[in-house]
Amino acid sequence: MDDLIADFLTETSEGLAGLDTALLRLERHPDDPRTIGEIFRLIHTIKGTCGFLGLGRLERVAHAGENVLGRYRDGSLAVTSGGVSLILRVVDRVREIMAGLEASGNEPAGDDSAIIAELDAVFAGHAPVEDAAPPPAGEPAGGTSGATGPVVDAAAPSAPAAQAPAKGGAKPARARRAKPAPAETASAPAAPEPATPEPPVPVPVRAAAPPAEPAPATEGVGVAQTLRVNVDVLESLMTLVSELVLTRNQLLQLSRARNDTALTGPLQRLSHITSELQEGVMKTRMQPIGNAWKGLPRLVRDLSRELGKKIELEMRGAETELDRQVLEMIRDPLTHMVRNSGDHGLEGPAERREAGKPEAGRIILDAYHEGGHIIIEVGDDGRGLPVEKIRAKVLAQGLATEQELAGMGERDIQRFIFRAGFSTAAAVTSVSGRGVGMDVVKTNVEKIGGTIDLRSREGKGTTFLIKIPLTLAIVSALIVEAGGERFAIPQIGVVELVRAGDGVMHIKDAPVLRLRDRLLPLVSLSRLLRLDDRVPDASAAERGGFVVVTQVGQNLFGIIVDRVFDTEEIVVKPVAPILRHVTMFSGNTILGDGSVIMILDPNGIARATGVGAEGVQEDRRSAAVTTATSAERLSLLLFRAGDGGPRAVPLGLVARLEDLPAERIEMSHGKPVVQYRGALMPLVPMSDHWVPPAPGGRQAVLVFNDSGRAMGLAVDEILDVVEEMLKIESGQERPGYLGTAVISGRATEVVDCAWWLRQAGDHWFGSNRSASSRRTRVLVVEDSAFFRNMLVPALSAAGFEVTAAASGTQALKLREAGDSFDVIVSDIEMPELDGLGLARAVRDGGSWHETPMIALTSHTDDASVRRSREAGFMDHVPKFDRDALLGALRGCLASVQASGGN
Amino acid sequence: MDAALATRRATVPATAETSVLTLTVAGQLCGVPVLGVRDILGPQAITPIPLAPPEVAGGLNLRGRIVTAVDLRRRLGLPSRDPNASPPMSVVVEGGGELYALLADSVGDVLALPEASLAPNPPTLDPLWREVCAGVHQDVPDSSGGGASRLLIMLDVERILDIG
Repeated sequence: MDDLIADFLTETSEGLAGLDTALLRLERHPDDPRTIGEIFRLIHTIKGTCGFLGLGRLERVAHAGENVLGRYRDGSLAVTSGGVSLILRVVDRVREIMAGLEASGNEPAGDDSAIIAELDAVFAGHAPVEDAAPPPAGEPAGGTSGATGPVVDAAAPSAPAAQAPAKGGAKPARARRAKPAPAETASAPAAPEPATPEPPVPVPVRAAAPPAEPAPATEGVGVAQTLRVNVDVLESLMTLVSELVLTRNQLLQLSRARNDTALTGPLQRLSHITSELQEGVMKTRMQPIGNAWKGLPRLVRDLSRELGKKIELEMRGAETELDRQVLEMIRDPLTHMVRNSGDHGLEGPAERREAGKPEAGRIILDAYHEGGHIIIEVGDDGRGLPVEKIRAKVLAQGLATEQELAGMGERDIQRFIFRAGFSTAAAVTSVSGRGVGMDVVKTNVEKIGGTIDLRSREGKGTTFLIKIPLTLAIVSALIVEAGGERFAIPQIGVVELVRAGDGVMHIKDAPVLRLRDRLLPLVSLSRLLRLDDRVPDASAAERGGFVVVTQVGQNLFGIIVDRVFDTEEIVVKPVAPILRHVTMFSGNTILGDGSVIMILDPNGIARATGVGAEGVQEDRRSAAVTTATSAERLSLLLFRAGDGGPRAVPLGLVARLEDLPAERIEMSHGKPVVQYRGALMPLVPMSDHWVPPAPGGRQAVLVFNDSGRAMGLAVDEILDVVEEMLKIESGQERPGYLGTAVISGRATEVVDCAWWLRQAGDHWFGSNRSASSRRTRVLVVEDSAFFRNMLVPALSAAGFEVTAAASGTQALKLREAGDSFDVIVSDIEMPELDGLGLARAVRDGGSWHETPMIALTSHTDDASVRRSREAGFMDHVPKFDRDALLGALRGCLASVQASGGN
Repeated sequence: MDAALATRRATVPATAETSVLTLTVAGQLCGVPVLGVRDILGPQAITPIPLAPPEVAGGLNLRGRIVTAVDLRRRLGLPSRDPNASPPMSVVVEGGGELYALLADSVGDVLALPEASLAPNPPTLDPLWREVCAGVHQDVPDSSGGGASRLLIMLDVERILDIG
């Protein structure tokens, strides 16, 4: 309540200050309807607020005043100087009460019946009593002179008008006090009012006036602590401070070069003060994000009525502060997104009940700081984004081809809602999902250097994530050079910096970088900015340069630059209007050395080069694995263990890499174990003569996970992660190794994970051993020896009788040979006859035509699933996922048994 | 064009003279109204702006403000400056609330030129020039003190900056 009253006091004081001047203006121009309207609204607002806050005394006074003003406003009563004085006294009384309120937090006691009676009299049509006395004596006096009002009127305008200029310059408070006097003299001769001579009247008024000035010493609500400052003032302060920061930087640079000790001391002080000043000024511009959320509860309430849905709005982190400029720009997108969540995201109560959700949908707003940025999440627990419908829509609109879509993960497809042109009215009705203006939201967010992404599960809800900079004024930027020119890249988009080296390769003319397990599209900055004609040998420069890995939305791409200098705090200044069409730059700035430098806009670059088109996505699991299987490329973890060359294991099989301190390794039954995530994890040393690390030493461990259980493989050293074609040449049979492959130019032993996992204990794969008496026969069709060698032991360990075939043709030969199986597990991508072909051949007839088939694939998106279903697969399982495969096998068998039983 | 020029002249108070800052661009004497000039700078470090229109020479730092430099030679379709010649001077003018630097080979004096001597652009003038010139002052005294008078092309700053 105190906050409300403080707000009320601040606002009302402002209103009252304006009221005085407005009243004085009214006196001069009694028939100016705008002024009357203005005054009426002010008093009306005060009255309304008081009523709301339970300030009865204030409300009654304001109400009586409002009545009179109301008549002035309709023109049913002419404005008189006496009337104005009366209203001014109302204002004074309001001030007086407010002063008491401010001092004590409560309305002071007092009697306003006199002034209210006067007001009521005027309202009733009686001429106002000139500076009426506190006793209601004046009222009957003026009571009979209903017709005299206009007479007073006629005289009034001229006299005060003459008076006003003289007093106009004075403070309102003073002018007000001076006013009654001339009014009195002017109207007295005109209107033969008997009540005129009442000199003591102004006394209470005057007594009330001084406390109306803010009383800082009181321990009340304390209005004086806040001061409203024009935003322009703050803006210009900000600009000045920014300049100061730049000048300071220049000075620092100079002093570093000169090494003048006499200068260093004061300069350091200047530097500190500048920093503090900058911080202080920035703080003045900071506002809690809750300010931008104020309208949302109301919006959600209206929305919920309109749509007949129950919606709960939860707002967290409303106190998170950000720059008011950013705040202003984020307000509309946020409102839009909340409306979207309520409108499209959340289901109606009936639908929710059916889905087993609480009837009331929730919209959650969350704001928090994260590394110089603000993250705002707008989430709902509604129906989520319908991938299939979006896909259809994308196809219908020609935004992507079926083939492109096939290569995308769910999230990539959902991100289409950010595409311009996707948000058509048709999308609303046919997709009945989101997408209404999401592209606009995205554009707005990007305009302030932010990024937007989404997380959505169908049936579970959707969450939008907005990442925006704290402030627009000063950003941290990476200074790079390309084509002999320097440029600034805002740090917000920079993910990492890598030396280009020989990793840069060209697919036709498009440069790409193999970075860990993904192919990163590259953009040559000098070529993009057409500065490459200055560089004699572009490809050499490319190799010698650096790649700034940049993220725009969820897209990653690399910007090739020649050199990287430093990061610097820069003040972003807009570019001149004649350069606005150059979208590659978001602004320009002046560096510490005084030179002008252009600021690159990663969004613009992404758009200009097409790397930012939704589609080339960061979602590395799908993207990387897609390339991995199509070309048999695999991310391999290289490590050293024991003697000999490096060892390799597919990264996809490793849950985590750990570097454990020696103290954590304990011995149990002569075997090393560690306490890991609340359970004991067996450690299996890879080398035969493993010794626990010396105290203080560390042990590198590859952790493998299996339904809540973990096993650690103790290795000597983790070397690298590479992406390689895996061609295993089985040579010498060695337990624990599948064979040898050439990886990164070195002969590398590829680890047989299954074998090592078994070393952790027999129960490793046996926990799910099937209890059925007859072992289920499984045919595994897989061209990659590696996967075959992974699958066969894993499945046999789970209780299946496994036969392996290296290709579809080989599998069909087994059929011809009369073998029969309970279930077939097949890879999709295989030479000669692929999985789809095999499935069709199997379904076409023959002894296997009813054998259930499970596809092993890295494409788990819907299009590939549909294709594999059409070919005759019953289920599909991602590669590497043992649990999913076992689950699918059991599911298949169960359904076959069910259908076979009747 | 001529009509526009006429109205522009009509709005100028009927004083007899206008103060004009003279500058030379590839040997051609030009002038800009001195009242519109904010600053005159010597040779500056100018940062080229890639992908900008060719007329834009780059950005320069004017006491903490970034000023876009427009090369008058390129704007007027004149041959580029000899790289060995002395670097250009900047005449800082305002356009649409922003500051721009007009790069000229040299900057001369401020002359008070009689209004009456301003003739409209000759119709034979290069169309590009006609677009950006606000008339021609005749009988401009030679700054070197020689008796010969020269022609001075008045540049219309607003149109000069209308690039893109």
